[in-house]
Amino acid sequence: METLSVSKKVIPITNYQIPKKIQIENLNLKIGKKHILKDISVSVPKNKITVILGPSGCGKTTLLKSMNRLTDMYPDMEVTGKICIDDEDILHSGTDVTNIRKRMGLLSQRPYPLPMSIYKNIAYGLKISGRRKKRFLEKRIRHYLIQASLWDEVKDRLREPASSLSIGQQQRLCLARGLAVDPDIILADEPTSALDPISSQEIEKKFLELKNGYTIVMVTHVLRQAARIADYVIFMYLGEVIEQGPAYEFFNNPKTEITRAYLRGSIN
Amino acid sequence: MKGIILSRKIKNKLNATWMTIWTVFIFFIPLLLTAGLILKSSILLKDHSFFNLVTSSIWKPLSGEFGFLPFIISSLLVTVLALLIAGPVCLLSAIHLTQYANRYILQIMQPVIDILAGLPSVIYGVWGIIIIVPFISEKIAPLFGIQTSGYTIISGALVLSVMIIPFILNILLDIFNAIPKELQEASLSLGASQWYTIKFVLIKKAFPGVVSAMGLGLSRAFGETIAVLMVVGNVASIPKGIFQPGYPLPALIANNYGEMLSIPLYDSALMLAALFLLILVIAFNLISRLLIIRYEKRFA
Amino acid sequence: MKRGSLNKYYLRKISLKAEEIFFRATMLFSSCIIIFILLLIIYSILQKGLPSLSIDMLTQTPKGGFYFGKEGGILNAIIGSIYLSLGATSLAFIIGLPVALFMNIWLSHKKKLVNSFRFILDLLWGIPSIVYGAFGFTVMIYFGIKASLIGGIVVVSLFILPIMIRAIDEGLKSSSVGLIEASYSLGSTKTETAFKVMMKQCLPCIITAVLLSFGRSIGDAASVLFTTGFTDHIPTSLTQPTATLPLSIFFQLSSPIPEVKSRAYAAALVLTVIILIISLSSRLFTIKYKKNRINF
Ligand SMILES: Nc1ncnc2c1ncn2[C@@H]1O[C@H](COP(=O)(O)OP(=O)(O)OP(=O)(O)O)[C@@H](O)[C@H]1O
Ligand SMILES: [Mg+2]
Repeated sequence: METLSVSKKVIPITNYQIPKKIQIENLNLKIGKKHILKDISVSVPKNKITVILGPSGCGKTTLLKSMNRLTDMYPDMEVTGKICIDDEDILHSGTDVTNIRKRMGLLSQRPYPLPMSIYKNIAYGLKISGRRKKRFLEKRIRHYLIQASLWDEVKDRLREPASSLSIGQQQRLCLARGLAVDPDIILADEPTSALDPISSQEIEKKFLELKNGYTIVMVTHVLRQAARIADYVIFMYLGEVIEQGPAYEFFNNPKTEITRAYLRGSIN
Repeated sequence: MKGIILSRKIKNKLNATWMTIWTVFIFFIPLLLTAGLILKSSILLKDHSFFNLVTSSIWKPLSGEFGFLPFIISSLLVTVLALLIAGPVCLLSAIHLTQYANRYILQIMQPVIDILAGLPSVIYGVWGIIIIVPFISEKIAPLFGIQTSGYTIISGALVLSVMIIPFILNILLDIFNAIPKELQEASLSLGASQWYTIKFVLIKKAFPGVVSAMGLGLSRAFGETIAVLMVVGNVASIPKGIFQPGYPLPALIANNYGEMLSIPLYDSALMLAALFLLILVIAFNLISRLLIIRYEKRFA
Repeated sequence: MKRGSLNKYYLRKISLKAEEIFFRATMLFSSCIIIFILLLIIYSILQKGLPSLSIDMLTQTPKGGFYFGKEGGILNAIIGSIYLSLGATSLAFIIGLPVALFMNIWLSHKKKLVNSFRFILDLLWGIPSIVYGAFGFTVMIYFGIKASLIGGIVVVSLFILPIMIRAIDEGLKSSSVGLIEASYSLGSTKTETAFKVMMKQCLPCIITAVLLSFGRSIGDAASVLFTTGFTDHIPTSLTQPTATLPLSIFFQLSSPIPEVKSRAYAAALVLTVIILIISLSSRLFTIKYKKNRINF
């Protein structure tokens, strides 16, 4: 497997060979007459951080949500195409959608802790998978809180409502909660946009640590953040994928005029 | 030119003044109401102890005996029963409409709720007499081996429950719609099914709001007059069951306004009944609304 | 996982599924029953009211012996109700509109004050109309005013005032921020902003508020029971007692004579139709309103 972040050579996209985790082909998404995602074909490399960039309203969140079929929540969304995860088409497969979702942790723009205690927030996913033994739960909860670097701050107040935490802590709780269902993909939709700089940094650091074990897809608005952590970039504009490729290439040698304009900061 | 600007400014000032006066005036309405009713009912309280009035069940205005107990119990019975009927229907329907229903059902339900909410009390009363009263006397009461005219507590409660359904449902819809979609998405993305999410996340989050919606419904039901009066039977004794006639407070006031001037203290007693109503309704409203506000703050 | 716990896991999953199916069925049933009730109400009123509805009912006042089933109509109550509601709605509008504008423009920077004001209005909205009626009656006796059209108008307008203000306020609230700024930046005073810009923008919502209040005032019986009285004539001045539709229905229905009773059903049909028309037209306005509105 090549490591892309150190490769300074310009690699044409077609030659870009690396195990793929998510493969999307001809994905189209419409709400009524509104065409929100147009013929999206992208691939997400395994155990890397893939960043989705693009101006506001271009469909980044929608693309992310269609990856774990949260689009099912909106009955008037019409989704066609193929989304393969490990070569299994999740849009059309007969498997239970809840099993598909368990393989992906989701972090949203603002943290949304469930209306229960810190402990129960993390136990929630475990209980759904049928793990109910107290000893086991306590061990796992400690493990995931440590993994999200939250343990030291909350170990004495596990029974307090999750809403009593600060926003930054809540976001890390949401991360721990997502990790607790043992996913192999993390989907993150501007996970740092509501956080202060220090909390943001912590999340970024966490992602860089986690990418060895997880495939991370992250939406962001902040170009500098993308440059800091991205291995691979997908650039969208008005519902279409304009460019995708290794981060180095994207930032240093953009292929299209739109990308160049976006990097200059003249679109938004 | 300067003159025009000046006159515009003066006009502006003047407007601000009289608008302030209007606004302050509205603050005074509830105070005026309460003060007026207290003033009137204090005449009765002068030589009747409040405790006796509320616990006595003898209502003989001609001999100066005013026991409010039958009316209070009737009121409580009718409203609580109405809420027990309407509450679950509203809750289930609200979850259905916000979580499961497709666009077509929503498009039908919105005007249905609007029209139900707009129908006058007296129309519900007429409907109660046409449908509910015979239904109770011919179908339901015989099931329990009871003979009744159908003008009973349960008829009042049924009519009342239908009347408060649109009211409670509208509040519940607002409450469920105010819950961010992302919260449900968070639960779904952890592998929960939609039902699991509704049961353990949505209802929990909405719980304080649901309680206040029910409280508001209860207070709305408490003051409802004409419709209940038309079907509840109006007999001034403590009802011994739900198939017995009752006599709620609003009906008491409405039914006796004609005679109240000819009997001493009668008007004062009826104003005391109005005061009861006012205080109970305001108290319930206040508690429920404070609860809703606190609950909304948690989302901000 | 051990075999036993795996079985338990699937059992739980199945029982959750069964629970969901059960509750989805009851939920659908609840929504359907609400629709069914409305249909039932309209059907029963139509079925009882249509047979005794006639042109005479709508165009004549009660003649001698009307209340024993002889000739006449309920024109007195129809006209009376319209007079009363028009009067009360106009009065509430004259007081309510400036208050709503005042709250949203003059006090737009005092969010806390406005919100507590909204809170009080919502509380006022909850006060039962019978309390207004009883209070109004007492005051009228105190000042020696007889049951009259004007008495009813004043009491009913007090009763619908909170609804009127809050309904206009909701419309203003949702469109005020950007609009106020834009208008100030063009050099308008607050008065001009309020009465020219805001009123134009929110005209449909104001019309909806007026229709809503009109519907309330024409349908309410408890507040007019004491204050407007009842008469067989069409009132010619504000100080005369006035018949209203809800009371006409109520009184006729308590009669033991079948003809009179069936006329009550016809009167109920008339009132229902009026309310339906109001409800429908306010719906049309809100739909149109959503189309034409500029969003900030
Ligand atoms: N449930 C929905 N109903 C209707 N339109 C929707 C819905 N969800 C999204 N859209 C539309 O789809 C388009 C893409 O939305 P999306 O949220 O994916 O954009 P985004 O790229 O995430 O924007 P941002 O950077 O502001 O978060 C937008 O034009 C939006 O209005
Ligand atoms: Mg987004």
